[in-house]
Amino acid sequence: MSVNFLISQAKNIQKVIDENAPEIEALDQNIGDGDHVFNVQRGLKLVVELENTIKDLPMDKALNMIAMKVLSGIGGSSGALFGTFFMSMAKTTDLNKNINFNKACEMIINGIQAMKERGKAGVGEKTMMDVLIPVSDKLKDIKNKNEIEQELNDVIKIAKDRMLATKDMLCTKGRASFLGERAKGHIDPGARSSQLIIETICKSVINQ
Amino acid sequence: MKKFINKTDDFLRESLEGFGKAHSDIIKVNFDPNFVSRKNKTKEGKVSLISGGGSGHEPMHGGFVGHGMLDVACPGFVFSAPSPDQMLAAAEHVDSGAGILFIVKNYSGDIMNFQMGAEMYSQKSDSIVTNDDVAVEDSTFTTGRRGVAATVLVEKIVGSLAEDSGSLEDCKKIGEKVNKNAGTMGVAFTSCTTPEAGKPTFDIGPDEMEFGVGIHGEPGRKREKIQSSKKIVGNILDAILDDLKPENNEKMLLFVNGMGGTPLTELYLVYDDACKILQSKGVEITRSLVGNYCTSLEMQGASITLLKCDEEILKNWDAPVHTAAMRWGM
Repeated sequence: MSVNFLISQAKNIQKVIDENAPEIEALDQNIGDGDHVFNVQRGLKLVVELENTIKDLPMDKALNMIAMKVLSGIGGSSGALFGTFFMSMAKTTDLNKNINFNKACEMIINGIQAMKERGKAGVGEKTMMDVLIPVSDKLKDIKNKNEIEQELNDVIKIAKDRMLATKDMLCTKGRASFLGERAKGHIDPGARSSQLIIETICKSVINQ
Repeated sequence: MKKFINKTDDFLRESLEGFGKAHSDIIKVNFDPNFVSRKNKTKEGKVSLISGGGSGHEPMHGGFVGHGMLDVACPGFVFSAPSPDQMLAAAEHVDSGAGILFIVKNYSGDIMNFQMGAEMYSQKSDSIVTNDDVAVEDSTFTTGRRGVAATVLVEKIVGSLAEDSGSLEDCKKIGEKVNKNAGTMGVAFTSCTTPEAGKPTFDIGPDEMEFGVGIHGEPGRKREKIQSSKKIVGNILDAILDDLKPENNEKMLLFVNGMGGTPLTELYLVYDDACKILQSKGVEITRSLVGNYCTSLEMQGASITLLKCDEEILKNWDAPVHTAAMRWGM
């Protein structure tokens, strides 16, 4: 994994999120206040705009710049959570060497662990963590590097299943928690955007 | 969407520019990172109070910066918590050696961002989290009660003590006392539209109201058919009194807050209804506040806050204040 890979992923994700923005916005208006997708879009735009600033930087510096940009440019819960994600990825050891598949997984696992601590949310609370924690657990389990394609297809499936599963959950974190029973029957918008992000990254690694 | 707007991306900046120009005798607006500070530097040895939150609740919090209240306010995007770099820059700007007290409304995004800001700030700091909204059941299974209009009262009362050379510990203590003795509940008749979304946050029928609404239009206890003011006010007060459990003849401050789209004429009518009902329940109303202080853009609706008052709270409530949105005694 390289800084250029990060930038190209940000561009891919931006395209997918833009295409699905009306759906995510509608989900958020059902149970939240409708700002989630705009926050994610604003963050992606800022990261893509960083291309020339970070493309020749070492991985940890590039990640920290992305983290600060996301923190200050998004705001809200998403800013804090995604900022924390990139900051913790940057703290992974040995980033100055070649970053292979296992190392990239370790970075993502570290990032998701830090988000979990920052947001104090676990599985089953109807948030983006319902997608990200099981994805992280699956990445920890990938032992056989010869079957990466199959493993990543499994990751895509886990993300999708877990996203859909938020539909019947009660929400106990964030603004949707104030809805009580009324939150049931709606997919969590953060879970949907996270699932789209995971799917986009996995697909582009498979197609590499 | 019908709003005074030039470009969506410029909405917040232009509004802050105007705020800075209109109140240049009291405050100064700093950009990138955005914060509103007092025009005059905080005096040495005074505890500095920093609050903040998403924009769209004006005059909260920028309108409460000035003598006797806040030292700095950090405005986020509309309905989005401000970011840690704003808190850090604000804290470094007002650091006067006596410590910083962050006043944070209990919303996940605000809590996370203020926490990160405080972690980045190396000097002495502490925080108060307000959670006065009785519409939300407080339990270990939810984010907990929301911080809403009583935050105004906390900022006023803590602000007075800080101005009066109160220590960081004492400021935190009185702030927590005010928060604990206050209860709020709101009702919305219409939704509100954030400039980015361009359409209303939620759908609500012309004859419906959202009982227990939050300050971003997030839903409350239940959706009901609209009723007479007396009934609505009675139900709100029942919920608050049930939570605060006042003594007989307890002295209370009654605060009727507009959500942004309801005229003062109606807010005073609500105040009148509340007075009558509280009197019949043996509550003595000792202070009042009526107006738009903690709003949700153009939402029609109101919230009522009750605060149990002791001598210490009353003394600090009455103390002079000079901010863009609240001024008395000087």
